[in-house]
Amino acid sequence: MKLLSMTVAAVMAASPVMADLVFPSLSYRTGPYAANGIPFADGYEDYFTLLNERDGGIGGVPVRVIECETGYNAEKGIECYEATKGEGALVYQPLSTATTYQMIPKATADGIPVHSMGYGRTSAKNGAVFSNIFNYPANYWDGASHAINHILDVNGGDISGKKIALVYHNSAYGKEPIRTLEELSKKHGYELMPVAVDHPGQEQKSQWLQIRQQRPDYVLMWGWGVMNQVAIQEAANIRYNMENFIGIWWSGSENDVLPAGAGADGYKALTFHNIGRDYPLYDDLQKYVVDAGKAAGAGDQVGTVLYNRGMYAAMLAAEAAKTAQELSGNADITPAEMRAGMEALEMTEAKMAALGLPNFGPEFKVSCENHGGNGLGAVKQWDASAGEWSLITGYEASDQDVIGPLVEEDSAAFAAESGITPSC
Amino acid sequence: MFYREAGDFSTTYSQDSQTFPIKFDRYRYYVVLAVAFLVVPFFINDYWANAVFVPFLIYAIAAIGLNILTGYCGQVSLGTGGFMAVGAYACYKLMTGFPDVSIVIHVLLSGGITAAVVTLFGLPSLRIKGFYLAVATLAAQFFLVWLFNKVSWFYNYSASGQISAPERSVFGVIVTGPNTEAWAKYLICLVFVTFCAIVARNLTRGSVGRKWMAIRDMDIAAEIIGVNPMAAKLTAFMVSGFFVGIAGALFFAVYLGAAEANDSFGIDKSFLVLFMVIIGGLGSIFGSFAGAAFMVLLPVLLKNVLVGGLGWPTDLAAHLQFIISGSLIIIFLIMEPHGLAQLWRLAKEKLRLWPFPH
Repeated sequence: MKLLSMTVAAVMAASPVMADLVFPSLSYRTGPYAANGIPFADGYEDYFTLLNERDGGIGGVPVRVIECETGYNAEKGIECYEATKGEGALVYQPLSTATTYQMIPKATADGIPVHSMGYGRTSAKNGAVFSNIFNYPANYWDGASHAINHILDVNGGDISGKKIALVYHNSAYGKEPIRTLEELSKKHGYELMPVAVDHPGQEQKSQWLQIRQQRPDYVLMWGWGVMNQVAIQEAANIRYNMENFIGIWWSGSENDVLPAGAGADGYKALTFHNIGRDYPLYDDLQKYVVDAGKAAGAGDQVGTVLYNRGMYAAMLAAEAAKTAQELSGNADITPAEMRAGMEALEMTEAKMAALGLPNFGPEFKVSCENHGGNGLGAVKQWDASAGEWSLITGYEASDQDVIGPLVEEDSAAFAAESGITPSC
Repeated sequence: MFYREAGDFSTTYSQDSQTFPIKFDRYRYYVVLAVAFLVVPFFINDYWANAVFVPFLIYAIAAIGLNILTGYCGQVSLGTGGFMAVGAYACYKLMTGFPDVSIVIHVLLSGGITAAVVTLFGLPSLRIKGFYLAVATLAAQFFLVWLFNKVSWFYNYSASGQISAPERSVFGVIVTGPNTEAWAKYLICLVFVTFCAIVARNLTRGSVGRKWMAIRDMDIAAEIIGVNPMAAKLTAFMVSGFFVGIAGALFFAVYLGAAEANDSFGIDKSFLVLFMVIIGGLGSIFGSFAGAAFMVLLPVLLKNVLVGGLGWPTDLAAHLQFIISGSLIIIFLIMEPHGLAQLWRLAKEKLRLWPFPH
């Protein structure tokens, strides 16, 4: 054992140390969630590779991405966090709600910011309580409200008496929207029918039998990994009307709908950023990263929904780092300066167009009170014959009358239980 | 030359029946304890505590627990993950329900609660054996994880279904929660490990342990010579549950800080602890430590060498890790079915004769 520990120490001491900006990538390229984890991780890493190759990093300081495999397991995610935080990690993006929940107290104690983009603890929107946690540009409660708003639009504004099922991953992630959907059901008078699917979700016969028997008018889904593919296949098998089946943004990638073939045609999903690869930035990505043979992974994911999202996450992190460099005057920023940069981040259309991503995501501004952005989201639909997603609505606002008080209530509960005095 | 009984005379009965009859062994044991208590806490940092020492110590307790049941009493259990979850959730309910009581008492009580639950699930062992018992404990594993996910009372009705450990301290030193120092985490686990190992070692050397081993070797013969199989089996389940419960409570409160039944206490935990016991050596306290060290250190070492040292892609390293640990388990089962403890035993036999083996 002594010999082993000495070997480990020698290996760890051998890694070089120099001035760089460290962005850990807690990815999962193995296990039942790999189909969704790989494109996101590739997009995240490729964007930083592009910055290094084209601009020499951010503000002249090269970026170093440390990848750590989590297998979408919160325990391994925390191991990765502990293993990489000593390297000067600037921001963590765990891509797992369960990991985010466990990382919140640790990262706050260590003073490292966490960006849970479109996942994680929704009430982290309240920056007065969650000083180091950011979840811009949208969160799960926004997503729940977008889905209900879309159903309202389709039904001319009246959904009282309708039955809406929620097929959810039985974990912190899937349980997140239930609270909001319950509140919204009081407001709009629909009946909510939660249907839990246990990890990893390869077997959903009984759940879809239940849906077949109870005939809900709409089905919402909070799924991830192999669960998405199976659910969409099962819905196609019971000939559920795909137009009435709406997934959250994590249940809407090509990998999820392709296995069901033509049966998935008409399936809807939410999104908080644009789709496709029709942006000037992709020319640079092709030139500096893909053609140069520096693409992460197999390099075959460029332009897919989750690749775009990973790239968007990296872009927001890089923009926050630039803001931090401007604010602090240092090129080699610390996690604390990064946190300040994230809190001062403002994404405008002009900024995104200059980056080569015009009209890619919504405009938003982060502040100390609001770590969650504006919560805009759109609905997209899958066209199986063309094999592509298309946006069917614009970016619309969520029902802040319902979500605002819920965020207040949940963050106040967290503040009370962990002894935090909210301050801005 | 140094490692022998000769010349070491016992003058009292307690000396004669001590755990380490050989002087060299005894001093080695004191040196290990002294290093663990007096040296390591001064050098430990966050990474070493969280990646190596704390999981090793906690898994060692769990492995001791399972070893008592499987290695000493011969009752196969695949429910260790679920039983650890009982310890974790018991600890959480106690910590949040009685915030003024010391965490040490809560951890011990969680062990007690787990002991009761495990004894309950051990009742079928009076009628069924072997594979059938393994299936019954497997059912316990799935039932318990389902229960902790389904009944929201266990996680205090939190919306996410997760439990997170509030900050608690022992003698003014914070030992749970995000602000815990690495050495405090390590020391609290070390104290529990030392306590559990001493208790387990002495139980297995006494009449209780001998009854367990009699049941393991041949239950009918044991019954004929006067061992009550019900009492022996149920005490094994109870003692095993106590240790596994302590391990679960520490795993949640000190190591993870937050947990979710399915994520942290799934079937893979049961198998992990079972592998530790098999690789370490069935029916050996030292084997529990060796197995836990092997299963905790190997992934860390492989990850550091393959990803950190050689710069390989993480997915390749993760898959290779499965292949390497899997094949090592198979190789061990073929080459040394009695585990690392047997290698240790052989080394000691050789040491007795050294340097004149003939």
